Parts: sequence; structure tokens; C-alpha cells
Amino acid sequence: MKHTISVLLQNKPGVLSRVTGLFSGRGFNIESLCVAETLEPGVSCLTVVSRGDEAVIEQITKQLHKLIDVIKVTDISDHEYVEREMVLIRVKAESHTRAEVLRVIDIFRGKVVDVSAKSYAVEVTGPASKIQAVIDILRPIGIKEIVRTGTIAMARAPKTK
Amino acid sequence: MGKMSGAQAIVKCLKEEGVKIIFGYPGGAVIDLYDALMDSDIVNVLVRHEQGAVHAADGLARVTGEVGVALLTSGPGATNGVTGIATAYLDSIPMVVLTGQVPRALIGNDAFQEVDIVGISRPCTKHNYLVNKIEDLIPTIREAFHVARSGRPGPVLVDLPKDLVASQLSYPEKQDIKMSSYQPTYKPHPVQIEKACKKIMKARKPVLYVGGGVILSDASKELTELAIKLNIPVTMTLMGLGAFPGSHELSMGMLGMHGTYTANMAVAECDLLIAVGARFDDRVTGKLADFATNAEIIHIDIDPTSISKNVKVDVPIVSDCKNALAALNIWFDTKSGIDLVEEANRHKPWFDTIRDWTEKHPLYYKDDSSVIKPQYVIETLHKHTGGKAIITTEVGQNQMWAAQFYKFDYQRHFVTSGGLGTMGFGLPAAIGAQMAFPDKTVIDIAGDGSIQMNIQELATAKQYNCPVKIAILNNSYLGMVRQWQELFYEKRYASTTMDVAPDFVALARAYGAVGLRATTKDEVEPVIKEALATDNIVIMDFKIEKEEGVYPMVPAGKANTEMLLV
Repeated sequence: MKHTISVLLQNKPGVLSRVTGLFSGRGFNIESLCVAETLEPGVSCLTVVSRGDEAVIEQITKQLHKLIDVIKVTDISDHEYVEREMVLIRVKAESHTRAEVLRVIDIFRGKVVDVSAKSYAVEVTGPASKIQAVIDILRPIGIKEIVRTGTIAMARAPKTK
Repeated sequence: MGKMSGAQAIVKCLKEEGVKIIFGYPGGAVIDLYDALMDSDIVNVLVRHEQGAVHAADGLARVTGEVGVALLTSGPGATNGVTGIATAYLDSIPMVVLTGQVPRALIGNDAFQEVDIVGISRPCTKHNYLVNKIEDLIPTIREAFHVARSGRPGPVLVDLPKDLVASQLSYPEKQDIKMSSYQPTYKPHPVQIEKACKKIMKARKPVLYVGGGVILSDASKELTELAIKLNIPVTMTLMGLGAFPGSHELSMGMLGMHGTYTANMAVAECDLLIAVGARFDDRVTGKLADFATNAEIIHIDIDPTSISKNVKVDVPIVSDCKNALAALNIWFDTKSGIDLVEEANRHKPWFDTIRDWTEKHPLYYKDDSSVIKPQYVIETLHKHTGGKAIITTEVGQNQMWAAQFYKFDYQRHFVTSGGLGTMGFGLPAAIGAQMAFPDKTVIDIAGDGSIQMNIQELATAKQYNCPVKIAILNNSYLGMVRQWQELFYEKRYASTTMDVAPDFVALARAYGAVGLRATTKDEVEPVIKEALATDNIVIMDFKIEKEEGVYPMVPAGKANTEMLLV
């Protein structure tokens, strides 16, 4: 099963390599990984998407927590959460497909961010499933290049007042 | 406070941390540190190979419980230490390794003797550091000691650029170490203790399965109290030997691949397995699907990753072993309505079964007066040292025979590379142990293969008057691999024959040590007596039965109950 794990860590040299080394050394899988600073100076947030049964995910979270530079590990998938990913797609846009591409992008609430005579570069955000859907729709038209950010996620606030 | 050099500050810091002996090898990147050490009363042991330095620091740590310290130069000095660091990591030994690094301006330039040792050692250290700023130097070393000795201990490496060590600093006052991201759990949760005790109350056939964690947390006393109070038989892992007295009637000896018949049967049949400071290693469990299938499992360990890693646990207790065992003892002592005598008596039928197993299949070897049996050598060593020697081992058959036949009654008396299985460990580790306890008898039980992996350390032993005794169980084979080839590879002895070896007696003399040889059984006892009476390094070369095997043996991938017996 897919799990999205959020890791708060000290922003120190080599810390990312500790995390990725842990995954490769123990044979855990990384589907995507994003990392950037938080509001707190010196603390970064890393979001990793991995797959595995309960025992594997339990080991991943425990092993991450064992790293000296890791402050907090949360398996976001245990909670209600929102996830987002962004994709940049350069898609062929010639006279007979330009309108079609714009319609598709509009449906996915995307934006055109670069235009040339033969292509559009478009930006779409959403959960990984939506990103996959837009890619699937645009593929027959002709995708020339694609860059994805990987997933970031946040637990939803509690529903109580 | 006046300024001092980085090197002087490091030496001062080492003193503050209680370091009395360090092991190392100089080089360009650490000249400043060695220079500063000359003005200190810290004993600086010059080894003959950096691997030896790290193993010696490890040996010292294992027998004292203190943090071992090794000092290596940059590049090859550091990489030579990596096997030693990994050895300590796999056995959770507290250690700080200081490595020199090229000046900061050269880092990343493929400078002479530059290597990214922080990158290389990342997967085999508990934590490591490259110090980048002079104001971080002393706080980092303090933190390194703290990390090495706290929680589940382990080796920590600190990489020290040469220019930084040579620059000036004001020595910072000692402060409490605060690490928001590192706070090991030392105290057991009372709810878990209660659950565990109730399971123990219910059990009819309990077994205590104890590992190195008990020794690391100095919990031998609490463990022994619990076992005796409730009459629970105890089996130990290789790393746990000595945590419970091996000669006690409740001791079933070691379990696992070369464990006793009794221990493996007891674990297979028990209804409650109480694992303390052990990690269900593959050499212990054999085929996982058949391991302790009838048992509920309580697991005490300070490292949460060890719990439910290989075997699903019913009652996890994240805690220091000493605290958790003490809490179990207190519960049984203070809970009203518990009759301890009755509790202990309830396990009597189980204990009788266990005694029957031991009577039927004790640890055994076919003795023979025409040859030297390695087991006989170990038993004779035990007899003449009163079981009180510190025993280090190399790796392979020598290690297993030592584990089986030297009945360890005391913790921190058996020093062996369990997790990594590092040949060449025993001699330098013996030197470390002997440096820590100059008056104790320290014996390295070795094979003719392993001893040659760090034989150069004889010169270190000689230089520092470490009268270690080395018992080579010499069968002219790499015996453990040969045994596997005999059993599972149709006796095709590929690359395990070592007919060409030095004359170990002459070799001993070449190093200024004493060499003794026994080629018949009659000669074993006199050789051992003479060695133990000699105040010098002694190599005892025992020409043992060449194709003797280690038994019982659980073939790889089989259940522990499918042991091959003698």
C-alpha cells in the first residue's frame, strides 16, 4: 500500500543522504521525495512516498526516527490529509490541436506558462491521481517533456470546533 | 580563559570525557593532535594497522563499558578503520573515532589522502560529523560521546579538518547536551510492564532469551534475580553470553545455529518467550516461520526498530533493559496476592523437561586421546583460568567452540564480533581488554586463518607490555567454511585449505613473544599451564583434529529443531 510519510529534520549537511541511504541500504522503496525548509530556521520538512505492507512501513518510520537528525516522523496516510503535486508538461500544440490542449488544461484547472509556435508548456497541480489523469489525456496529443515535483502532503485540521 | 589550539582543546575535551587510553596511528592530517597528546597523560597506543586501533578501542569498550576511542589519519587511515567501525556498529559498542581530514579549503578537490569518510561511514556509524567551524569543534566532540554512550550505543565518527585542528579557540565551558531530535526512551511504560507480568503469571513454559543489550545496560544482576525468582530457564545469544551465569542450572547456554539442543528445543516448545536486549538475528532464529511458534513474545529493547522487525511481538517494551527488568522484579515483589514460591514451582515440570533434554543431548564431542580436540583445549583453558579469564575470539569455528565450551559466568568477559563476524578481531580486541585490565588474564581464542588477519598487532602488544595469550586452534583449514563445504558442497574444499602458514612458534619469537606448541593431547595441559604462568605474550599453537566440526548445527534455512548433532 502507498504511504505518504512526513519527516521533520535538522537541516544539516548530509542529512538527505542519511535518509536516502537508509532507504537504499534497507531495500525500502521511494516513489517520490520532496524536501524544503519550514518556518523554523534550521528545520526542513521532507515528504516521502513509499509502498509496503504494514510491517515495512512500521520499520521505515522507526528507522527514520532513529536517525539522529530526524525530529519527527508522521505517516500522514494514517490521517485525513491533503496531498498536492505539480507537473510541468510541454505538449505539442500545432494548429489543429492548440484549442484541444487549452480545453483539456482548462478542465484540469491548469495554466499555460510558456508558448511557442509548436508547443505549450502547461502547469497543473493536484493529487498524484489527477496529475496522472492529465498526463494520460495529453499523451495521445504528444507530450515532449515532463517534470514532476513529487508529492507534498499535510494532515487536515481536526474537524471538532 | 586564554586561547589554545584546536588540538589542545580536543585533548582537554577527551580528558573531560574520562578517556584514559586511545588507540591510533598518525599521519599528516593528525600530526597536530598527536603533538598535543604528547603533553597529556592519556596513554596513546600506537597500533600497527588502523583496523587494529578500532578493534582495540572496541575491546576496551566491551570489557569496561566505557567509550572506546580511536584516532586515525585521513584517507587510507580512515578507510582502514571502516571494518572496525562496522564491527562495533553491528554489536552496538560505544566508540568515538576521530579521523583527520585534509584542510577545509581542499575538501572536495581529491587532495592527497582525502576521502569522504563521513560519506563512507554513514551506514556503519550511529552518527557522524564533519566539523566545519572552529566554534563547533568541542561541542561536536562532546555530542559525539553523548550519542555513542547513550540509548542503544554505537560508534560515532568525527572528521577533523587539519587547518581547523591547528587554529586557535577559547575553550567552551561544559554544558548539558540538549538534542531535540535524539531522546532515547530509558524507562519502560508501566502499562506494558503490567501486561508483561500478567503474561509471565499465565505462562507454564516460559523462556528468557537474552542478548547483548543486557550486558550493554549492565543488567546482569536484575536478569539473574528475575530468572531465579521465578525459576525461568535462560538462553543467551552469542552477544549475551555471561549476562547470566553459564554454570547455573537455569542456563541452557546459547541458542541458534550452533546453540545447544536444550536451548533450541526450549524456544520451539515454550509458551512465552521473554526477549531482553536481543534482536532475533537470523543466526538465532533459523527459519523464521518455525521460530517459537507456540509462544507469545515479550520484547524489551531500547531500540524500537529492533522490535517487531523480524518476529511479530505481543508485548513490546521500549526501555533500557536494566530499568525494565528492575520494573518486572519490583512488580513481582510488591504486587499483593502473589506467592513467589508458588510461581517458581509452577515452572517445575517445564524445568524437568529441560533437564531431560540436557541429559539426553548435552553439548558433546567425541574425545579421543590420539588427537587434540579443540573443545578439549577450551575446557582445559576454562579449568586453568577458573572461568575468570577475559576471552576474545576470532571468527569461525574457534569462536563457536569458545562460546559453547567456556562457561561464561560473568558479563563483559566474552569479547567477540557477533553481528559482523570480523576475522582478525580477536587479537587487537584482546590488546584493548588487556590495556584496560592489566592484571587480568586475557586470552584470544583464534584459528590459524583469522589470527593472520591482524597478526601485526603482536608488535603493539609487545610495545605496550600486554601479555595477551593467543590459543590458535590450528587445523590448517578455514574451518567453518570447510565444515559447510563438507556438509553442503560435497566436500569440495574450495579455497579453504591453508597448508602454507607461518611457523607460529618461530613467529612468536620473532615478535619477542613466547611460542608453545602442542601436537598431542598430553601436551595441551602443560602448554596451557606454562602459557598462563608466563608474563609475556604467548602464542599456543594447538595442532587440532583437522576435520572436527562445530555441533549442534542448524543448516541455513532450516528450523532450529532440525539440528545436526554429533
